[in-house]
Amino acid sequence: MKKIEAIIKPFKLEEVKDALSELGIEGMTVTEVKGFGRQKGHTEIYRGSEYTVDFLPKIKLEVVLADSAVEGAVAAIVKTAKTGKIGDGKVFVLPVENAIRIRTDETGDKAV
Amino acid sequence: MIKKTTSVIRLLAAVASLAMLGAVTSTLHADTNAPAAAPAPAAAPTPLATPNPTNSAFASASITNQVAFLEAAHSNSDPDPSGIAYESDPGHNAWMMVASAFVLMMTLPGLALFYGGLVRSKNVLSIIAMCFGITCLVSLLWWAFGYSLVFGTSFTPSSGPSTLGYILGGSEYFFFKGVNSLPNTNYAFWVSQNVYSIFQLTFAIITPALIFGATAERMKFGAIMAFVFGWMFIVYFPLAHMVWGATGLMNGVWNAAAKIPAIDFAGGTVVHMSSGWTALILCLILGKRVGHGGKEPMMPHSLVLTFIGTALLWVGWYGFNAGSAVAADVIAANAFTTPTLAPAIGALTWPLVEWIFKGKPSVLGFCSGAVAGLVVITPACGFVNSTGAVIIGVVAGTIPYISSTIVKNIFKYDDALDTFGVHGVGGTCGALITGILVDPTVNGNLQAVATGSPANAAMSNGLITAIASHSLVVAQAKAAGITIALAVVGTVILGYLVKFTIGLRPSVEQEHQGLDIVDHGEEGYTH
Repeated sequence: MKKIEAIIKPFKLEEVKDALSELGIEGMTVTEVKGFGRQKGHTEIYRGSEYTVDFLPKIKLEVVLADSAVEGAVAAIVKTAKTGKIGDGKVFVLPVENAIRIRTDETGDKAV
Repeated sequence: MIKKTTSVIRLLAAVASLAMLGAVTSTLHADTNAPAAAPAPAAAPTPLATPNPTNSAFASASITNQVAFLEAAHSNSDPDPSGIAYESDPGHNAWMMVASAFVLMMTLPGLALFYGGLVRSKNVLSIIAMCFGITCLVSLLWWAFGYSLVFGTSFTPSSGPSTLGYILGGSEYFFFKGVNSLPNTNYAFWVSQNVYSIFQLTFAIITPALIFGATAERMKFGAIMAFVFGWMFIVYFPLAHMVWGATGLMNGVWNAAAKIPAIDFAGGTVVHMSSGWTALILCLILGKRVGHGGKEPMMPHSLVLTFIGTALLWVGWYGFNAGSAVAADVIAANAFTTPTLAPAIGALTWPLVEWIFKGKPSVLGFCSGAVAGLVVITPACGFVNSTGAVIIGVVAGTIPYISSTIVKNIFKYDDALDTFGVHGVGGTCGALITGILVDPTVNGNLQAVATGSPANAAMSNGLITAIASHSLVVAQAKAAGITIALAVVGTVILGYLVKFTIGLRPSVEQEHQGLDIVDHGEEGYTH
């Protein structure tokens, strides 16, 4: 069982979600986040005050999958979230010890 | 906490005793049954003691005089020759009531939203509370003393002008004594004095509210209210009387004995210069916001609110400028046209300058250009023609832009919302440029009366000569100088007085937390 954490460009969310749905993935958690990597921020000017905004809005998508589904899901995310330009984001894959579905008490792969 | 409660109770007691004093004076006045002290022209018919829907003098007058009376209302002139007593005219009154409501709308909610959007979200309520608090406090002061000190005349002895009378009006209208629905013919032949006094109140409200854009996000609510209390007496009431009072020092249009025959149609000196220069000095006394100068981002939290505020200010400005004709007449029509053109051109110019020098035309640029255009046209709106208004728009889109971007960054003062940059500098430009672009053909009060008629004020005090010889700008510069001096000196005195008594600023920790929670115990937004 693994957790995929993908930081992507906000406008790519719909495409990524559709691609994951096509693979039969039935749930995910999405958060609006801010951050920066190699992509530079931008400048905002309010009359005489100029501010450099380093933290750019991104989407963090989290999904926990059985080991067998991880490779396909990562490939789908990378394929659909790619624009080829700097700032496309990153995908992290982390091991997960266990998962419990609260409603049924199911655990492990059955719970995700 | 107990100490705080006691001081609030004391404040309430003071308000209550003021109200009681007002009640007593009004009763005394009713006993004597004297008509409104009218230092009007000596030959004027006696005003009706009480507002009377049926003017009995009208019914018994000849048809010729009845027509003359109605024609005087039609053309906003003196009905005196008809021999029929003064009364208010529904048309002029209707416009002035609407205009008054418009100017109040400039503060609540116009300025509150304009400034409120420009601060960080943790301070948005502090701006709203400031605007609301000032509206209510100034209303009380205006009823008790302000209207009389500005528009009364009793401090000028019958023997002739006096120094005191040049600077302050009189005591005859304290607690609105005698301020009823009949006109005060010193200021309008056809508008009820109670309507006129409320119209002028709305100016007295927005002027101090403008100041606290410069001090935004770091001045305690109590300190703001204490400062405003003193500022109205030391700066606003004297200045408004000098410029607009019948016996005022610098009232070139209406005071035949004016020492400085300057002109200010709707408040370039009284409203914008006074608040703008006060703002500069007060923000210097106060010091910068914690984290100012690039250490902390201080971006406007909602330019949408700022846009709505700007639009409300612009619409309200029609009452502010066209209403300053104190009639629905030909001069009002001109003062309605010019504050359309100037802000439109200002809001075209400011973002254009940004586009050229900074790469993008911003919405804040549109808002700033529109407000600057309105500020600069204010003293000129009833005195310049449409070409003058367009020129003023261009000036408004450039000079306040330079002052609130380049100059501010050179001297590094924290005029948070650019009150000085836009109102101080814009108001000063307006006062001076009015002296250059003045066009007497748009305003009959700037023209000599026909040969044989008694001279009007503008002839007696040298205003008409100054316009003819293109030297009016000298009088305008003197008026601007007096305004700056009064605002600076008054603010230094009051600023340090408040600083060393109740204190001006919250603690650094409180400032970080935001004034909404610290001063008002609530939040503008719960997420």
